[in-house]
Amino acid sequence: MEIPKSFLGYKRENGRVGTRNHVVILPVDDISNACAEAVANNIKGTFAIPHAYGRLQFGADLELFFDTMIGTGKNPNVAACVVIGIEPKWTKKIVDAIATTGKPVEGFSIEGAGDIQTIMKASRKAQEFSQWASEKQREECPISDLWISVKCGESDTTSGMAANPAVGNLMDKLEPLGVHLCFGETSELTGAEKVCATRGATPEASEKFMKTWSDYNDFILKEATNDLSESQPTAGNIAGGLTTIEEKAFGNFQKIGSRKFIDVLTPAEEPKNGPGLYFMDTSSAAGECLTLQAAAGFNIHLFPTGQGNIIGNAIEPVVKLTGNPSTAINMKEHIDLDVSKILKREMNMDQAGDELIKTTVRAASGRLTCAEVLGHKEFIMTKLFRSA
Amino acid sequence: MANTDIIIHDEKDNVGVVVIEKITPNQDCNCWIMENDSSVQIQSKNEIPLGHKIAMNDFKEGDTIIKYGNDIGKVVKAIKKGEHVHVHNVKTKKW
Repeated sequence: MEIPKSFLGYKRENGRVGTRNHVVILPVDDISNACAEAVANNIKGTFAIPHAYGRLQFGADLELFFDTMIGTGKNPNVAACVVIGIEPKWTKKIVDAIATTGKPVEGFSIEGAGDIQTIMKASRKAQEFSQWASEKQREECPISDLWISVKCGESDTTSGMAANPAVGNLMDKLEPLGVHLCFGETSELTGAEKVCATRGATPEASEKFMKTWSDYNDFILKEATNDLSESQPTAGNIAGGLTTIEEKAFGNFQKIGSRKFIDVLTPAEEPKNGPGLYFMDTSSAAGECLTLQAAAGFNIHLFPTGQGNIIGNAIEPVVKLTGNPSTAINMKEHIDLDVSKILKREMNMDQAGDELIKTTVRAASGRLTCAEVLGHKEFIMTKLFRSA
Repeated sequence: MANTDIIIHDEKDNVGVVVIEKITPNQDCNCWIMENDSSVQIQSKNEIPLGHKIAMNDFKEGDTIIKYGNDIGKVVKAIKKGEHVHVHNVKTKKW
């Protein structure tokens, strides 16, 4: 198959390209959710991204909170953004950082004004943004404007046999075309960590990966109250035939094909070394991992599943594929691409990779994914430790 | 091409994965080795569902299970060729 050289995307002020044209109402903190949701309810063509945090966080945990909020607003899938927080200072910090992209953004703080007055003012601005964004048109953009993140979930042995290597095949074909790629799941590479480290493009990248993995693993072992067999693999993984974390890790690792990663990113860190594959230090919980990858600027996500994870994301379209024939039938409404024919040897990996590229380009150009149609807008903050 | 009942990733692997709905005891199964596109046969001893593993040889306690050509855990209870390999007889070496 000839690989498509372009897709239809939204060109943004800073040169990045969006696969979606969202107008987002972003609450800074938990107590601003109600106000943000009221604005989104008033103004069609917008939606709120409620979440549970943003108060009394400090240190590295606070920095990650800001990186996540700011990165979400900066993501090219967001056309414009209204930010609402209880206090003016943190609200302004987020607004100013999002504004560096050149996109329309405005902040409102509730303290001293109350919900009703804030809702009124923010709604007027949201109306302006929504109508402005509605005139944006998709334009032909080179395939290199795709920033593709990947993460698998509810994995089983079919993940390692079919869906994950299909993603790997896509990576092998798209990386040479200048696409940005990102995989994460630090803790779910346990068992395959030494093999994964050999995939660093430079000795520095390999070393950085091993240090990142060791730190996360030390943290898990320090906090563990049992041998972790209850959590990793999960009950769903075990039902699907996965026996150990090592087996899960080697299956997981198939997602990067034969690629090498050029750098290791901290959670939510935007890649700055140009196109290619990056590893990001993330939890293996799907909601947390996808939220961090979206905050780093990735504009479309590929999610292979075995037993049928149903995750979506607030701003990144999530393309779901499975190699499990039962899941493809029983959870049909969640599956954008069925590659279970690989198991019957009626489809080879090259064909599966091609099908996935086609599905990805269609979704990037505007076809709604299953997760979008079903209303999945998960946005889950990674919390490093307790608030003060 | 005969129907494939079991897929083996790597020729070094000592387990295979069931890729049909289930295999029944004493079933003669066709196995396909992905890495070198070759075929082998095995007779099952247990019922094994889709996605679960079958032992390609006998194992004693302490032996290592190889899949994807790599170590994926240790045998904690002896396994006979053709038996179901899972959490009841294999454990991680990590925790």
